[in-house]
Parts: sequence; structure tokens; C-alpha cells
Amino acid sequence: MIRSANKSALSRPRKGLTLAAVAAAAALALSACSGGGAPESQPQNQGGGGGGNSGYTFAMITHETPGDTFWDRIRAGAEQAAKDTGSTLKYSADPEATKQAVLIQNAIDSKVDGIATTLVTPDALIPTIQKAVQAGIPVDSFNSGIDYFQKAGALTHFASDERLAGQQAGKKAMAAGATKILCTIQQTGSVALEDRCAGVKDSFPNTENLQVNGADDSAVTSAIQAKLSQDKNINWVITLGAPQAMDTLKALEGSGSQAKVGTFDTRPDAAQAVKDGKVQWYIDQQPYLQGYMAVTQLYLFKKNGNILGGGKAVLTGPYFVDQSNIDAVLPFIEKNTR
Amino acid sequence: MSTPVKTAPPTPAEASNRVQVTWTTRLLGRPEIGALVAAIVIFIFFLIVAPAFRTPAAFFTVLYQSSTIGIVAVGVGMLMIGGEFDLSAGVLVTSAGLLNGMLCYELGLNLWVGVIISLLFCLAVGFTNGYLVMRTGIPSFLITLGMFFVLQGANLGITKLVTGSVSSPNINQMDGFQSLNFIFAHEFKIGSVTLSITVIWWLLFVVLSAWILQRTKIGNWIFAVGGNAASARAVGVPVTRVKIGLFMTVSFLCWFTGMHYLYRFVTLQAGNGVGNEFLYIIAAVVGGTLLTGGYGNAWGVAIGAFIFGMTSLCIVYAGWDPNWFKAFLGIMLLLAVMVNLYVKRLSTMRKVG
Repeated sequence: MIRSANKSALSRPRKGLTLAAVAAAAALALSACSGGGAPESQPQNQGGGGGGNSGYTFAMITHETPGDTFWDRIRAGAEQAAKDTGSTLKYSADPEATKQAVLIQNAIDSKVDGIATTLVTPDALIPTIQKAVQAGIPVDSFNSGIDYFQKAGALTHFASDERLAGQQAGKKAMAAGATKILCTIQQTGSVALEDRCAGVKDSFPNTENLQVNGADDSAVTSAIQAKLSQDKNINWVITLGAPQAMDTLKALEGSGSQAKVGTFDTRPDAAQAVKDGKVQWYIDQQPYLQGYMAVTQLYLFKKNGNILGGGKAVLTGPYFVDQSNIDAVLPFIEKNTR
Repeated sequence: MSTPVKTAPPTPAEASNRVQVTWTTRLLGRPEIGALVAAIVIFIFFLIVAPAFRTPAAFFTVLYQSSTIGIVAVGVGMLMIGGEFDLSAGVLVTSAGLLNGMLCYELGLNLWVGVIISLLFCLAVGFTNGYLVMRTGIPSFLITLGMFFVLQGANLGITKLVTGSVSSPNINQMDGFQSLNFIFAHEFKIGSVTLSITVIWWLLFVVLSAWILQRTKIGNWIFAVGGNAASARAVGVPVTRVKIGLFMTVSFLCWFTGMHYLYRFVTLQAGNGVGNEFLYIIAAVVGGTLLTGGYGNAWGVAIGAFIFGMTSLCIVYAGWDPNWFKAFLGIMLLLAVMVNLYVKRLSTMRKVG
């Protein structure tokens, strides 16, 4: 009884308020058009399907953490490849090793024509992958697990060598006058990320790592700012993701540090920062290519028995993009395919 | 009207205790005193071990970091005093920014329109949380956990659908950006230090919250519904309205922080904000708010946020091994809570004796 009395008391003033607010918003909207927004017409479908219908169904299983630009590219590449080869792609992902193994088992059970998977946690995934191979389903792997794909029985592997990329990044920074490098890691316990910073340290020993909270830009900015004022010797920052590179630029403003920035991976505003010279370079491992090739390899194997790589992994990177070659890739970045 | 309010003590524990209170007991009985002692101890500790922390600039960076947690924590603290939880607060911050950014970019609207629509959306989310909790009687922990998942999924799904990627478009060329950037993300350069406007807003919200909690009828209602909702209802406190209001306060502050993130960082990652809901709760608890409700105050929550901001950055200032970062953080927080408890126990001991 009390509750219903409260409710009516509550809803009466609110209705009026909401109406007024909606009206105000509408009025504002009418008089408030802004430039600088989305371009008028956007090309929605890039690239049509060329392969007709091959009838194949491929499963792609990754350890994607939802909300990561990088995985978006991989998936975009895989979907385009499925379209181009006229096959059906079933994409699924789980960051947890055991659940990823279950997803692979699901794909085996539904008798797909091929499986493309990441090998981020080889020990947990290889037994299931071997089951797929025994069941006669071709498997190829990509992105992570470059040392394990043969053991798993995968046809081939499409990846960038993280450690090699880190080493090259360290060398590049050294050539550009680095005396001390800060390498930021935005996710704890990731082998691939640790490998990148370890690679930097291989080629440039005076490198220090910093753990930052990748889910919170202000926390990243403050932490980097704190580090730069704690250690004034740092004159290079290498971030392992584009959002952290942008946060570093903010931190530089705040701390008055003159440090230079290089990063792994990109997104449109980070690419623009490379073009403007605020970020020296970014390292592309071409995720789109990884996704695209992983599916295409399965198609070619089914269709024609082809295997890429000659028993070795096929490298999709590291590929350095700096001011000299950014113009060539910028249009693709803006289309979200690179 | 203000006299009966003033004589009503903020905590039920003291209300039943008719012993003459000296000023030291009163001081020690305040919820924030433990946190304050802990904050001072940690502050001095880091002044000793972290030379880089001994500059005013570093102190202001810590204040900024604290404010990004502290603003929402103000609301979360009040909500917890009112006896409820909000686990959706972390992602709602991101939802607010994403909604504003994408809506204005895609439709070419002035950013101010998006700010208002985003505010209405957040208030609606807060209202829904509160309404569902009160209507169904399901613990707020579960209701807002559901809301957390819904928003997390929607953030990602809608961003992907609208922009084709997982971050919101860059809005810094759009109308209204300059003024909004000033309101939500301006940085005042004062000599060598940078004062972020969020610090000022944070203090403002803390003072407002402290005033409401200690000096107004609504403040008494909040303590009453958190202490015992049934008896509060029996003496005529509009429990439903108070609790829904508290949820909406939290969502308002989420909106505010979301606006800061959007106008400072220009684009937002759709997956951001996850996990921050616990930081808000931690700030409130470290600041002396009881997890069971009915006890706490605004200054304590502010100090809690400050302890968190200070600890997380000072580990960097001290140059400790980053791999151990979380472990250090955990130890610091445990210490803070234990000092808090010790001081509180000290105060109750004196009261009895």
C-alpha cells in the first residue's frame, strides 16, 4: 500500500520532467547540427563475394577479449575471406583456455570442414586440436603459438613474431637516440605482451617495464606520467597497444617530458598521430591478413591440397609504419580493415 | 527544521549510547578518522621511499587520479550508506561517453545535445536499477550485476554495429567540443603544477554529499534506510524514493565521469570501465563505509579514493618492480583497512570506559 502510494507520487513529477527534457532535447537537436561528424555517405560494403558458394563451413576460434580493436581486424579479415571463397564462417571466442578448448570440441562435433584457431595456451589446446586432426578435419593456427603449431598438427601458422617485433622496436628506438626505454604492458599475464617487452629488452637492455590498467585510460595516463617524473632518464616510451600510445601523449603533456613514443598496433587516431609526427611509428602485425589467410588456407587445402609456408610459419609482420609510409595505409585504417 | 535534524546523531550506535562524549571520543567515532590516519601514514611512507613523489606536480597527478575514482565513489558511498550496491557503475561510465560520442558523430548533432541525452539515459539506468531492486526485493547486488552485463554487452555490440570498430569516433572537431572540454576536462596550469578541473568537481561533490548526509532531512533518511529499511518505513521515511534517488545519484555521477573520459580522451574503447565498479566500492569501504549500510560519510569516501589513487601511483613513483604492482596495492589496501579498524576499535573502547 505504501509502495503504490510512493509510486504514484514518484511518477507524476517525473513524467512532466521527462517530457520537458525530451522537448528540450528535440528543440536543441533541431537548432544544433554540427560539423565534424560522420561523412555524409559511407561506403558500407567493401569488396563483394567472389567465390560463389563453395559449400564449405569453417570454424574460427580465438582467445579474443571482447572490445579489442585488434581482434576486430582479425575477424574482419576472416569474414572477407569467407565471402571471397564462398564459404561459411563460424566465429567463436573465449579468453579462457579451457573454454576455448570446449569451443574447438564444439567445432569438431558439428563436423566443420576446417578449423582455424589461435594457440595462445598450447598445453590446454593441443590435445583437442589433435582430436580434430584425427577426425580428419584440417586445422591451421594463427596469431599466437608459433612454436607449437607443428606439435599440434596444424597445416601452417600465420603470425607475427612478437619477440622479433620487440627486438626490432628496441633497435629502432636505439637508432633514434634512446637512452632509456619504458615499455608499458596493459594486461597482466599475457605471454604475447611479455614477449614484446622482452624483445625490446633483448636489443636494448636499459628497458624498464610498467604494468598499466588497459581498461582505464585515465589510470594509464596517470601511471605513465608518474613514471616519467620518477625517472627523468626515460626518453622513449614503447606501448603495446594504440590506446596506450594516445594516453602516453597525454602523459607527456602533463609531465613536460620530451620522450618519444612508438607503439604496437594501431587505430585511426593513433595512425593520424604517426602522420602528424607525434608518434614515431607503429608496428603492424597485420591482423586482417592473419584472419584472411587462416580461412583462405583452409579453403585452398580443401579445394586443392595447398599448404603455405613449407613447414614453417608464415610471418605477417612485424611491419613498421612511420611518417614515410603512413599515407599508403591510412585509407585502409580508416576503413577498419588494417 | 534544522534543530531536530542537528540533534539526530548520524549513527544508530551513538544514538543508544547516552554516555557524555568528550571531543576526542567524538573525533575518534567519526567514520573517516581511521581512513585519515591510514592516508597520513601511507602519505608519509611514500614521501620517504619515493623521492619523485616529493614534488607538488606529483601530488596533483595523484589528486587527478583520485578524482576519476572519487567522483563516482561519492555516489557509491551514499548508496552503500543507504544499504545498496551498484555493480553497473563502472561500465555505465563508458556507456555514457559512448552514447554521447556515437550519437553526435553519426547524426551530426551538437555535442551538447548528446550530453543531455546521455544524462537522461544514465538517469534512466539508475532509475531502472532502483525500481527493480525496490519492486522485486531482489538484492541490489544481483540486479546491478545483471545491469552490468547488459551494459557491457550493449557497449560492445552497439559500438561495433554503429562504427564498425570497437572504439567510438573522434569527436574533437565537432561543435560544442571546446566548451564541453572546458567543463569536463580542463587543466589549469598553475606554475609547475597541473590542476585538473575534475579535482575541483570532485571536492564540490564531496562537500555537497557531506552536507546532504550530515545536515539535511534526506541525509537522515539515507542513514535510516541503510540501517533498517523496515523500521525506517514504519516511521514514515519514503524508502522507495530514497533508494531510487540514491541509484540515480550514482548514475548521475557515472554520467559526469563518462563525460570527463569522452572529452579528455576524445575516443573511447567500448570495453573500458570494467572492474572500476570495485574501485568505487573499495574507496567507500576503505573510507569507513560499512558494507552492511547505515554507517559512513562523504569525507571518508573521499579519503578512500585518495588512498587508492595515491597507492596506485606511488608504487610507480617509488620505482618498484611492476610485476608486483597488484600485490603491493593489495597489501597497502589491507593495511589501510586494518588501521581503519584499529582506530575504530580504539574509539569504541574509550566510549565504554
